Amino acid sequence: MRKEVLFSGFGGQGVILASVILGRAAAVYEGLYAVQTQSYGPESRGGASKAEVVISDEPIDYPKALHPDYAAFFSQEAYSKYLYTVREGAKVIVESDLVPNRDFEFEKKLEVLALPLTRIAEETTGLSLTMNILTLGILTTWTGIVGREAMEKATVDAVPRGTEQINLRALRKGFELGEKARKGLL
Amino acid sequence: MRYPFPVGKSDFIQGDEAVARAAILAGCRFYAGYPITPASEIFEAMALYMPLVDGVSIQMEDEIASIAAIIGASWAGAKAMTATSGPGFSLMQENLGYAIMTETPIVVVNMMRGGPSTGQPTFPAQGDIMQAIWGTHGDHMLIVLSPSTVQEAFDFTIRAFNLAEKYRTPVVLLGDAELAHMRERVYIPNPDEIEITYRKLPRNEEEAKLPFGDPHGDGVPPMPIFGKGYRTYVTGLTHDEHGRPRTVEPEVHQRLISRIFRKILDHRDEIISYETFELDDAEIAIISTGIVSRSAIRAVKILRERGVKAGLLKLHTIWPFDFEVIEELAERVRKIYVPEMNMGQLYHLVREGANGKADVELIAKIGGEVHTPMEIAERVVG
Amino acid sequence: MMYLKSAYEIRDKYMRKDMLPTIFCPGCGIGSALQFTLRAIDDLGLNQDEIVWVSGIGCSSRVPGFVNFDGLHTTHGRALAFATGIKLTNPDLRIIAFMGDGDAAAIGGNHLIHAIRRNLDVTVILINNFTYGMTGGQVAPTTLKGLRGTTAPYGQFENPFDIAQLAVSAGANYVARWSVFNYLQGMNSIKKALQKEGFTLVEFLSPCPVSFGRRNRMKTSPELLRWYQKITVPLAKAKKMKPEELEGKIVIGEFVDRDRPGLVREYEAYKKRAKKMMGWEE
Repeated sequence: MRKEVLFSGFGGQGVILASVILGRAAAVYEGLYAVQTQSYGPESRGGASKAEVVISDEPIDYPKALHPDYAAFFSQEAYSKYLYTVREGAKVIVESDLVPNRDFEFEKKLEVLALPLTRIAEETTGLSLTMNILTLGILTTWTGIVGREAMEKATVDAVPRGTEQINLRALRKGFELGEKARKGLL
Repeated sequence: MRYPFPVGKSDFIQGDEAVARAAILAGCRFYAGYPITPASEIFEAMALYMPLVDGVSIQMEDEIASIAAIIGASWAGAKAMTATSGPGFSLMQENLGYAIMTETPIVVVNMMRGGPSTGQPTFPAQGDIMQAIWGTHGDHMLIVLSPSTVQEAFDFTIRAFNLAEKYRTPVVLLGDAELAHMRERVYIPNPDEIEITYRKLPRNEEEAKLPFGDPHGDGVPPMPIFGKGYRTYVTGLTHDEHGRPRTVEPEVHQRLISRIFRKILDHRDEIISYETFELDDAEIAIISTGIVSRSAIRAVKILRERGVKAGLLKLHTIWPFDFEVIEELAERVRKIYVPEMNMGQLYHLVREGANGKADVELIAKIGGEVHTPMEIAERVVG
Repeated sequence: MMYLKSAYEIRDKYMRKDMLPTIFCPGCGIGSALQFTLRAIDDLGLNQDEIVWVSGIGCSSRVPGFVNFDGLHTTHGRALAFATGIKLTNPDLRIIAFMGDGDAAAIGGNHLIHAIRRNLDVTVILINNFTYGMTGGQVAPTTLKGLRGTTAPYGQFENPFDIAQLAVSAGANYVARWSVFNYLQGMNSIKKALQKEGFTLVEFLSPCPVSFGRRNRMKTSPELLRWYQKITVPLAKAKKMKPEELEGKIVIGEFVDRDRPGLVREYEAYKKRAKKMMGWEE
């Protein structure tokens, strides 16, 4: 069961943190193998950001995502650059406000969930920053890659102290949306 | 003993963090460093942990001073480590030679990035393999280990300390930027699950007088550390068994350097380690080390699915090099491929080992990306 | 009653007989500075087994090889970086670094200023002979303008470093400079330095007739010592002199004597702070 997940956007959206939490949920709380990698340039803030997680029930050889099974795109640049690497039938989450130009022809081969993630996060928690955690919630229940409990624990481990409740609220909103998506209600 | 991180359970951490935790568990209590991508996270972890376990973590003025400080710490009795990347590793070469000459146990981590010069600070490479082996001047011998997973980064760091202590030698742990920053599941054992070695100390006055002799016949002299009343004199000049400079007698130099070679080469069986994958009936062998081995394993799986009898030899110790195992392999396979993230370094060692008994082909890749499995597999099927 | 030990007594007590004779040339001042240091240790009754001598490369850096103590003869300019590791690992050890002017101020200049900035607990005995003696008389960062060396055969054209002043500015706890002719002051300064916490430095103008004097019309040690007397000015007198009068002179004396906390004490406090911040200790 090798699953490859791609998160991409720009610096400051919490792309890397999202990947770390997913990897941690799988490795520490689900007893699975997981590898998280990232690529970034020299700048500490801003710029393009990409992170990958590979999850498997057996030791992971090649650590990078070649043809992601699941992907999240938080910017137009990320979408345009990496969309074509996902495998046919991949489940893809798109930040619809930030990705105005879509390739609907290519998307036909995929399962796409396009939502104004940043707006939903802000409405849910008052903090647009929680968009990455909201996305993790969606991913969790939509794909079933890890369980809710594992994801909650990993989130609490990884987010700054004092922000656990806000982040859990974002995560649970995501669970809800993912659940709806799974049932075809979105 | 209380540890500043969870032990006896799995965690999801970066290669750099795994090196730091392993060092603490191996008994390292002195770290000196200088910030550099992609090894800074090792330093930052040590900075966080060391004061809590009554160890020292100090930021020096450069990498020259960093390796100098850990050598000093080692002579004062501490297990000591520094970590860096290419530019800093270049600066360390002089004192790496000093550590070899004075038989000082230290661990030096180099998380390789693209070079030469400042190169690609955030991207992985394997361009320092030859430098790790031959970077300092003069004839010398040391040990170089090369991990490919975060778990190996942890395990090999412990091993690096044990080998350094056992053979009174510097050990280089050669990782890369990918491994340094990659997070992966790693099991952090309980201290009682780990075998830990500490250097031989003199058992009596006689042994203490031979800090560079061979009282036990294994080439490894006990180490009379400072402050115990031994009055040890340590110098980078060619010295006799007692440590006295003897720079103009050819036989003294020959005796010293030969023993430094012998103490490691005579224990090659214990020092050298590697892993094989699908190699028993292989007609095509891939030989790799470090992060590229992970692509190579997948390439072997792909090739086997396509009916090609391929197998992998994954080198954990890259110096001393196991030329014999390569020659044996060369005798029974049709061809050997060497994928590596440089313009050809390990390749030359493999060719020397193969000794003309099999074709050896380099699969070079530079620029900062690890070979994909297909890149390797496609070269093999042609 | 005051009893002055003979040089033989000092030699037999502190030198390694099997390493003698030393490599030092006739007329060299290093032996004097070494003797002052050993007498200071003896006068203070310090435990020989709790002192480590460190050095880099150069004539004066060979000193640790001749004395019967733990010793680390390291790479050129790096002695203080090695010392940092020794001292922080075992704070009970007292460290004496024997350094030359080229070793300390040129190749090791960065290590020197940072060791001082950290206030590393170490006593530096700095042998300033204005030259690279071991390699044959090249100019050093201390060579005064106009003086000759094999790499400035027409006379030094660069400005010299004042190492003692550098040490004061970087924050050393104790800094003094004497010529080896100032026997009592030199020995007393070393005694003071050895008893202090933090970074202490005693600089000695030290004759090198063979590599330096010969090229500057001072072939013998007495000529060099007479030259020192001519160019040195005691601190008290220098304070009353105008800058133009001090041109080409070297001020001698005790430049600073203060008690800032040393690196060992600072690190001990840091460890406590870390444990407190992490809730490991009250």
